[in-house]
Amino acid sequence: MKPPRFDYLLPGTLDEALGLLAQHGEDAKVLAGGQSLVPLLNFRLVRPAHLVDLNDIPGLDGIRVEQGRLAIGAMTRQRAVETSSVVRERCPLLAEAMPQIGHVQIRNRGTIGGSLAHADPAGELPAVVAALDGELVLRSRRGERRLAPHDFFVGYLTTAAAPDELLVEARVPVTPARTGTAFMEVSRRHGDFALVGVATSVTVDTGGVCTACAIALTGVGPTPVVAREASRALVGVKPTVDALADIGRRVASALTPDSDLHASAEYRQHLAGVLTRRALARALERVDGQPGAKERS
Amino acid sequence: MNERAIRVTVNGRVYERTVEVRKTLADFLRDDLDLTGTHLGCEHGVCGACTIVLDGAAVRSCLLFAAQVHGREIQTVEGLADGDRLNPLQEAFREHHGLQCGFCTPGFLMTLTCFLRDTPDPTEAQVREAISGNLCRCTGYKNIVTAALAAARRS
Repeated sequence: MKPPRFDYLLPGTLDEALGLLAQHGEDAKVLAGGQSLVPLLNFRLVRPAHLVDLNDIPGLDGIRVEQGRLAIGAMTRQRAVETSSVVRERCPLLAEAMPQIGHVQIRNRGTIGGSLAHADPAGELPAVVAALDGELVLRSRRGERRLAPHDFFVGYLTTAAAPDELLVEARVPVTPARTGTAFMEVSRRHGDFALVGVATSVTVDTGGVCTACAIALTGVGPTPVVAREASRALVGVKPTVDALADIGRRVASALTPDSDLHASAEYRQHLAGVLTRRALARALERVDGQPGAKERS
Repeated sequence: MNERAIRVTVNGRVYERTVEVRKTLADFLRDDLDLTGTHLGCEHGVCGACTIVLDGAAVRSCLLFAAQVHGREIQTVEGLADGDRLNPLQEAFREHHGLQCGFCTPGFLMTLTCFLRDTPDPTEAQVREAISGNLCRCTGYKNIVTAALAAARRS
């Protein structure tokens, strides 16, 4: 299991990297943290002629808050996001999802941009960005595009990024007031890819009525699945135990997951319903001023 | 460009070599530097046997290319003992039978080296979480956890 031959290109600036991508197009692969790409190379499932390593480009990493959004540079290591106090305070959903990605050795090297651009249908980050209705910033010699998750994730391991485009930043809204969030997943072993994962965000008014709800799932389709209809059903009502169970059923019944070696379609569907109900309940506990909001993270 | 000249510090010693760019860091350590303490199990980032410390962080050396560590600092299992004297973590592994066949041991030691540096007084649950990315095919986890906790108490 050794990688095939490739040309190794180590640009020192973003401009240089975009030039290389424009020049080599589909013959080039971008190397970020390498935690998904290098296994594929070792198995020789991909054989790029050119490997463009982003690790020497300054300024592609970093976490900042601007205009109510958390902007995370594509080369920010997953571990840096996991341990960031800004992320924990401003976007607890993202903070909660991070430790569920692989293992610490993977997160020490793996990047935010790499994980999103790899677009694994069982990945945590695509579901988080989809639930929060984030934004993916793509750059090329031709200019900049900002895509919504729905437009960015187009299929199994496939994004809308053109061969000459580079994902340079992911942006998610800062969690608003009176909002609780939760990320939950079930995997066969800790650190494995999720069979099903659910990212939720719920906002309630002072009367305890839900004013906004978002649910996105991973592991149940070729891309992250946003359960818009089910989420809407919670808006305008008090999120009682029965209401949450109903949302869970709605989410599950709208899904058409695949069976594979790890879980049957029926089991995935069942998990999606149960995890949705539990994640919504956990999110509600975390809303400021709600009873049981002891672990506002 | 299929070869690159690199200069890298491994266990305090500076090495200058020319490497084929597709050579993984794990193969470079073993074949070029003769540091065969770093073991290769799965070669696709699952088993953790090849874990080394890169600039203070535990990473899989099978998922890095040697060409990527130019100018960086690496610690491998060979860097733990002082000559014939085991370090406290290694001593605890020996004392508590934290190794059976020993194949996975270098990876566990390097993972735990970083973990115990950052979490000097861990709970058992934290230790189990910390080593979740390392596989022991002898399934000798219990004694590995015991050894890690003993090492934490000792230092």
